[in-house]
Amino acid sequence: MTSKPEAGFSHKKLERNVTLLGLCALGAVAIGGIVEIAPLFWIDSTVEKVDGMRPYTPLELTGRNIYMREGCYVCHSQMIRPFKDEIERYGPYSLAAESMYDHPFQWGSKRTGPDLARVGGRYSDEWHRAHLKDPRSVVPESIMPPYAFLAEKPVKVGDMSGHLTALSRVGVPYTKEAIAAADADLVAQADPNADAAALKARYPKAQARDYDGNPAQVTEMDAVIAYLQMLGTLVDHQKAKAFEQPR
Amino acid sequence: MDSLLSRVGVWFFLALLAFMAMALGADQAYSVHMGIVCVAALLAMAASMNKFDFLTQRFAAIGGPALQSQYDDDPIRWGVIATMFWGIAGFTVGLIIALQLAFPLLNLNLEYTTFGRLRPLHTSAVIFAFGGNALIATSFYVVQRTCRARLAFPSLARFVFWGYQLFIVLAATGYIMGVTEAKEYAEPEWYVDIWLTVVWVSYLAVFVGTLVKRKEPHIYVANWFYLSFIITIAMLHLVNNLSMPVSIFGSKSYSAFAGVQDALTQWWYGHNAVGFFLTAGFLAMMYYFVPKQAERPVYSYRLSIVHFWSLIFLYIWAGPHHLHYTALPDWAQTLGMVFSIILWMPSWGGMINGLMTLNGAWDKIRTDPIIRMMVMALAFYGMSTFEGPMLSIKAVNSLSHYTDWTIGHVHSGALGWNGMITFACLYYLFPRLWGRSRMYSLRMINWHFWLSTLGIVFYASAMWVSGIMQGLMWREYGADGYLVYSFVETVAAMFPMYLIRAFGGLLYLSGALVMVYNVWMTVAGHLREEKPMTETPHNPEADRPYVAVPAE
Repeated sequence: MTSKPEAGFSHKKLERNVTLLGLCALGAVAIGGIVEIAPLFWIDSTVEKVDGMRPYTPLELTGRNIYMREGCYVCHSQMIRPFKDEIERYGPYSLAAESMYDHPFQWGSKRTGPDLARVGGRYSDEWHRAHLKDPRSVVPESIMPPYAFLAEKPVKVGDMSGHLTALSRVGVPYTKEAIAAADADLVAQADPNADAAALKARYPKAQARDYDGNPAQVTEMDAVIAYLQMLGTLVDHQKAKAFEQPR
Repeated sequence: MDSLLSRVGVWFFLALLAFMAMALGADQAYSVHMGIVCVAALLAMAASMNKFDFLTQRFAAIGGPALQSQYDDDPIRWGVIATMFWGIAGFTVGLIIALQLAFPLLNLNLEYTTFGRLRPLHTSAVIFAFGGNALIATSFYVVQRTCRARLAFPSLARFVFWGYQLFIVLAATGYIMGVTEAKEYAEPEWYVDIWLTVVWVSYLAVFVGTLVKRKEPHIYVANWFYLSFIITIAMLHLVNNLSMPVSIFGSKSYSAFAGVQDALTQWWYGHNAVGFFLTAGFLAMMYYFVPKQAERPVYSYRLSIVHFWSLIFLYIWAGPHHLHYTALPDWAQTLGMVFSIILWMPSWGGMINGLMTLNGAWDKIRTDPIIRMMVMALAFYGMSTFEGPMLSIKAVNSLSHYTDWTIGHVHSGALGWNGMITFACLYYLFPRLWGRSRMYSLRMINWHFWLSTLGIVFYASAMWVSGIMQGLMWREYGADGYLVYSFVETVAAMFPMYLIRAFGGLLYLSGALVMVYNVWMTVAGHLREEKPMTETPHNPEADRPYVAVPAE
């Protein structure tokens, strides 16, 4: 390289100035995100509205948090792609609206186990119980870890209002009554003797029953099965089909 | 004295805050974490009283006056040891979880040892603990040498090292206790994220401060890559981890974004953790250590400019290829695919610049096992940056997504490129940082090279077979028009491949253990008596003028 002064721009300017180099690098890496991600927040068609979507009930939310805590997402996806084989295997393909209240999303990236986006209602509570306690007792070839400890752990009731408040702060439409009644709703959904009418009014299609076969206590097993049993059950896919645009 | 006192005061105050948070903790994991923070703050306080040299006095081998050079190398000596330590930890957990997939009994029926909790431990240990320490240590080494200046803010540099180790400990213990944000490679919860932000900004300050102090007019190309890596990781980390804690005395938080937006933000982060943490930062290592070890200048200055700017500009766009055929809008998927394919070019620009640096020194592949490792690392870099764009094509992705093919791809990059180039740089650094003439044994480096290479071959080929096989089995239709295989039949079919994969991992871990021994002996000051790497004995028969013999 000769040292004669060059006309116009020379990369040497950047190489001799930390500030300039840093700012140009930041500019170069910022553009992609701005163009690609930012529009998703204001383009309406990103999440097309469908009937039936509602926020999680406190018990389902607790189950979802356990699902995340145990790292279920590292082996199970919740995103059915629009392919014939996936639709036949798992059900209608996933819609954007179906995860609109998911903070964070749990679409997953790997199917060491099957997709769970529409597992709700496919198996009985008894099956889930047996399967979670000892997966190989019902599926001999399974390589899933056992989760027997869930049945031993009582769900901590008392701070569900805090969880719903945090979610409402990031945009989930929980009403004031729902937040105030969060702890009661949690218990009502797992207790066969409780009156679940208020819960079902607040959360349409909510299923209330004793999930873990132990009516004396609300355990983490109740919460996880309640979550699994509601996955993919909220949206009526025959209706949603009308929204599809022919290509 | 005043500043010393106030420093001690700040640490004491932090320890007190952590202690209170521990007492008020809403969940057990949070209290355990605050207890760890409290102990760390007290240790930092004690260290401030000792003016930061307590460690170097205790362990003369790690630092101390005997090893002082004109550069500030103590944090680098700690860093290379930490890299080795976390490397072994991360590889071991990797082997364990690989075996868990073949033998589910190894989940041990305990909540703390299930695959779901250990897998984030493995990924974070190898990416952030092993890779991160390698990046911090080498960047501090390279920036001093190429700027001909000692580190700016020496005590802040020490804070960066120890603060980063605390981040690793909090993240790792959190995974085992089930504290997670459940976003891949960004699992640590909100308070650990805040701590990492503090450490990372300090890292940026030390790095940029040293660049500002430089006595060379130009900033060397390796430092462009380090700088862009530090800046970009800060940006990605801050945006992707935005979340709403349930309580400041509890570990749980909810992501600020939901559904589609959360998914794209996550993979914008996730893909560029690969792009900047595992690529730009490691290319910086390549740009310093390959020319030094080969004793040749970088092949092309112009190519380094072109590929640097195009690489950092293009990488950011590629995130959506992790979300093909999902509910992400189609335009974003297509944009991600197109940029991923274009990205092939700058990636190979870097590989070519690295490999061609060996121009005129190719014979060293035969004689120098460190060069051999660097060349293999660059070859794997080239291979996985070809495989990546290929997998980002939607038609290919429809088969490969959700299968082990992705796992194989990641590991050919991580084990082949990141692992091998890190090992090579460490082999370069250890003798120099401890004032030894060479590593204890060059032949052991060669053993390490072959164990790693074979390990990767077993690993990657097993994952290709199992990934493609499972992808095809999932979509297989019989003549009757029904799906042929149930899901669990595809799981059972992968068993042999999982065994081969675990064997590959075992080989890779064994190679790293050979390295530990070699490094230990080097630091202890031993040199192994051994035959040279290549021997071409003198053949007096051949040592004569060549006389042409006419054809008969």
